[in-house]
Amino acid sequence: MIERKSDIFNAEVTARDHRQKKDVVDIDMNPMVDLAFLLLTFFMLTTTFNQPQAMEIVMPVQPDKEAVEKEQPIKESRTLSIMLAGEDKIHWFRGITDPEVKTTSYSGEGIRKVLLEMDRDITDMVVLIKPTDDSNYKNLVDILDEMQITSIERYAIVKVSKSDRELIANL
Amino acid sequence: MNPMVDLAFLLVTFFMLTTTFKTEEPIIVETPNSTSEIKIPEKNIAVITVNEEGRIFYGIDSKYARQNLLKMMGNRYGINFSEDQIESFSLIPSIGVEISQLKSLLELRPIERKRFIQEGIPIDSLNNQFADWVIHSRMVNPKTRFAIKGDEKTNYPQIKQIIDVLVKNKVTRFNLITDKEEGIETVES
Repeated sequence: MIERKSDIFNAEVTARDHRQKKDVVDIDMNPMVDLAFLLLTFFMLTTTFNQPQAMEIVMPVQPDKEAVEKEQPIKESRTLSIMLAGEDKIHWFRGITDPEVKTTSYSGEGIRKVLLEMDRDITDMVVLIKPTDDSNYKNLVDILDEMQITSIERYAIVKVSKSDRELIANL
Repeated sequence: MNPMVDLAFLLVTFFMLTTTFKTEEPIIVETPNSTSEIKIPEKNIAVITVNEEGRIFYGIDSKYARQNLLKMMGNRYGINFSEDQIESFSLIPSIGVEISQLKSLLELRPIERKRFIQEGIPIDSLNNQFADWVIHSRMVNPKTRFAIKGDEKTNYPQIKQIIDVLVKNKVTRFNLITDKEEGIETVES
């Protein structure tokens, strides 16, 4: 037993000696570090962090004739129409017959204030977003974003009707 | 030096694991900002890119779906794409040419392809290839979700055309890709 123990001891001693000899050898780490930094720069430059944001919109399904007949019309007084015109202008009005058209802008003081005020005034308000042909994509996204900001849930993107066009024609 | 090297390797590992490579886009669009916080899904997504002039580019996400999509579109239009062309199509994130030009586009080497001016996918009612891309993408992968990536200055009628095609094909729920806008919080009403 004792002999065996000493054997192990001896083996350990020789192993340690071995290690000590190896420690003297100096490895040049510079190339490895260079490589590490090269990879680091590469990944830093090629990486894309900010996954773009997305907005979800749901359009109504194209209704068939039967569905149209069954549809419940919305009370005129509950609607708020927002027309997106060119040059970043917004025309808005309540109701449909002989409305008073007002003009505002996309700023926080403009349309957002209007939306918040109207949301308080009108119960169960439905916002009709009517982008005219002069408006651009940014206008649409902005107004949809405003809906989200003001937490208005009932809105729809609808076609600009002939009477709408006449309303804003001479503005 | 060791702590520095440790840190360097830590960063390398971090970047290696988190990286998703920038995809090469045939056109550059400036997306509008929004406060929306939904991330676009990474899988099962078809991106419709519209630039300022209204040129439409289309691409779906997975390599295999792309291969199948091209085969189906080939069948639809009676164009026979070779194996090489299908392979090269599966590596392109999005294309914006008429289907008849697609063959010559795929024959080009990647560098030459960049110089090739892509006119956009036709969407007019007589030759609505865009609708076919949409329909066939859904056939290839029924879970496909659509996202529109438009330029800020794109005119609304152009966007409307796309939305109309989507709605007509019963895609009523889709995404608009935007950039993040900082500093605006939701107003509680």
